[in-house]
Amino acid sequence: MARKVKIPATKYPVERLTLDNGLRVVLTPDRSAPVVGVAVVYDVGIRSEPEGRTGFAHLFEHLMFQGSENLEKLAHFRHVQGAGGSFNGSTHLDYTDYFEVLPSGALERALFLEADRMRGPRLTEENLRNQVDVVKEEIRVNVLNRPYGGFPWLKLPAVMFETFPNAHDGYGSFTDLESATVDDAAEFFRKYYASGNATLAVAGDFDVATATELIQRHFGDVPARPRPELPGFDEPGLTAERRESYVDKLAPLPAVASGWRVPDPVNAFGDYLPYVVLAEVLTDGDASRLVERLVQRDRIVTSIGGYIGFMGDEYQVRNPTALLLQAHMPPGGDADKVLRVVDEELDRLATGGLAPGELARTQARMATHLLRDTDAVLGRALPMAVLELQRGRPELLNELPRLVGEVTEEQIVAAAAALRPESRATVEVVAGANQ
Amino acid sequence: MTKHTLPDLVPDSKIRLPKQAERTLGTGLTVIAVRRPSVPLVELRLRVPFGRAPLARATLLSQALFTGTTSMSSIDIAAELQTVGGGLSAGLDPDRLLVTGNSLVSGLDRMLDILAEVLTEPAYPADEVGTERDRLVDHIQVAQSQPAHLARTALLERVFGRHPYAVQTPTPEQVKGVRPAQLRALHADRVRPEGAVLVLVGDINPEKAIDAAERALSGWKGTGKDSTVPPAPPLEPGPLLLVDRPGSVQSSLRMALPAVPRTDPDHPALQLANMVFGGYFSSRWVENIREDKGYTYGPHTSIEHFIAGSTLVVAAEVATEVTGPALLETIYELGRIASLPPGEEELEQARRYALGTLRLSMSTQAGLAGLASIYASFGLRLDYLTAHSAALAAVTREQVAEAAAKYLAPARAVTVVLGDAELVEGPLSALTSVERTAE
Repeated sequence: MARKVKIPATKYPVERLTLDNGLRVVLTPDRSAPVVGVAVVYDVGIRSEPEGRTGFAHLFEHLMFQGSENLEKLAHFRHVQGAGGSFNGSTHLDYTDYFEVLPSGALERALFLEADRMRGPRLTEENLRNQVDVVKEEIRVNVLNRPYGGFPWLKLPAVMFETFPNAHDGYGSFTDLESATVDDAAEFFRKYYASGNATLAVAGDFDVATATELIQRHFGDVPARPRPELPGFDEPGLTAERRESYVDKLAPLPAVASGWRVPDPVNAFGDYLPYVVLAEVLTDGDASRLVERLVQRDRIVTSIGGYIGFMGDEYQVRNPTALLLQAHMPPGGDADKVLRVVDEELDRLATGGLAPGELARTQARMATHLLRDTDAVLGRALPMAVLELQRGRPELLNELPRLVGEVTEEQIVAAAAALRPESRATVEVVAGANQ
Repeated sequence: MTKHTLPDLVPDSKIRLPKQAERTLGTGLTVIAVRRPSVPLVELRLRVPFGRAPLARATLLSQALFTGTTSMSSIDIAAELQTVGGGLSAGLDPDRLLVTGNSLVSGLDRMLDILAEVLTEPAYPADEVGTERDRLVDHIQVAQSQPAHLARTALLERVFGRHPYAVQTPTPEQVKGVRPAQLRALHADRVRPEGAVLVLVGDINPEKAIDAAERALSGWKGTGKDSTVPPAPPLEPGPLLLVDRPGSVQSSLRMALPAVPRTDPDHPALQLANMVFGGYFSSRWVENIREDKGYTYGPHTSIEHFIAGSTLVVAAEVATEVTGPALLETIYELGRIASLPPGEEELEQARRYALGTLRLSMSTQAGLAGLASIYASFGLRLDYLTAHSAALAAVTREQVAEAAAKYLAPARAVTVVLGDAELVEGPLSALTSVERTAE
């Protein structure tokens, strides 16, 4: 049935301002629930960490929770949770975020806490050693002690890219983590954590004038430092297929992931967006092309997923990045065969186009996902902070369902035609358990 | 320069429950509809009583529920749902079959029609069921290579013994033996509206949404087989069970402690005692073994509620070389909370966290739908949020101390460790008696 539904949109208001110290601020009020989300995002991530210091951006994120100008160790956690809130932070390829969600009466407290660490974390040898231990346990639990650990986000970049910023393991080697010093941390903070290199977004139940005054009060006297020049991380795309495999001693079944470079997500957004939609046409749900063919019909994979950005953050990543397909296979699965069928299906799409209704239903489901994410205050504060940081366009969040809905069949077909075997990088997991 | 000091909190406003309606249909299905118009979507949750259902068949049924009806294939179902921005999926816990979904609000009628067809005219086509069976077998095999799954499996067996809750994942061999006809029979026996609860939350008029559900689901009829699960047995503390996982670079430490249902008068005090001990980041245990010692990344504790009983579960993945010391600190912190009353300030902090997170959990459509559906499984409604908040606010320090002594005493714990037994048995044996088993 090709009946097309109307794609609705959100109309979250967006106010922008910049403080004298360069901090860019986004305010998006919505008084429908008595909660606020606060996000501070710094323009530094895994790609900026120095050689010999793999994992440092993430380790430094941990150190930002270890006390600051007016706060002892443990105080940040206690003040957020003691206000009824939750906190976290995460390190991405191009940015590092810190955020809280709290009952709205705790807004000023959250602003105070974020401003305090923007002035400077307490970097001590003891805290550094403690957090190196914690991060090592994080890597053990997420990578070393489980099957498919780091697959494919830590494994595929090394196959796909040449340069250190793009190719290295962002969780870091234990050797590099153990080599980190307090001086390294101080220098990293000085260079990258300037107020002018950050954005602050507040979403939820607040009054704009009051919040503006509170932000001035707490962030206004954070000293300005020069903002680092934004490095370009681009490198040439592949001209011949690349393929590697590794044995995962804990994995009982084989798996495979491939990546293809896509247009610049920020500077060529119009060219990039069709690839975001294509990933969903290929893999979203039982009626998608690759699930229908590989899982249901040929039964050569047990699951397949497709997305853009190694961390699944398609609207918050800069160039270079990739469209990824990852598949888990049944016992004795054949990665060559899986890739051959993927190529066949891409060819079929590139030459035969889409079925009636196929694009519209994919777009409708994407709209639901986008709208659902924005229902949470952090689902607005976090992406808006990053969109401000990378594009100066936080209101893009409101526009995404419509823009996704405007992608045409011709654009999808052209995107599918661009995913050629010779421009593909592939990494294969060889099952090593019970052998 | 301005002096910056910690700002005061503006006191919380009274909890305001969203507009809602409820109706139990003639078929025995209860429908609860809640209005939160924040985004133009609707969330759907359906829980059907499934206690004591045969495990392998029930698990495969939950994976195969959307494989086809008399008039639609699995692909038709998925495509039709997508057309209205929708999606539905199913899962299983020891008490219920759970259907979860959402769509653009304009698609609610269509989503309900498709759900009705899946419930009343299931086909379980042999081919599709075969595919889902193979996928489930592979999925279970992968789960069995994950330490968290293995540790949980061992803990459940040790806690529940011969009770139906003891085994919650079937073996691959059991799944391989399930036939489509058995799924059709199980569906006819158990996928019935009597005692089931449908929750709809979103940009809806609650009465009209219930009307829509009644129209769409009027043909879903009948009473399922008795799903009453016998009461869970009391915990029987004994030697620490050490499950060998040679070469493991971490040990999975699990403890089960007694707990009570949400409706028990001890529950609010137990919840706060658990918070102070290890139930959130700013707890004694997490500050000790993570922020002071660096033994672990994500230690956590939670009260798990099932219909036939509640359990408090303590969980941490710790480096192999500190397995003994991590157990030592865990026993110490349990002993401390069970023996000495909490401080005033740490109790207030835990209380504010418990109250605040209740508010956060009801601030989205998906959050409200989850709460309304879970509460309804236990005979509660969203007004439990108000009553529970009042109860948390009233709990005294003495009540928390009493609850901690009663439920958190380390002597009452059932303990399981999954790890490299060659390396950790010695250090663990220094602290408690250990019984070793192969993986």
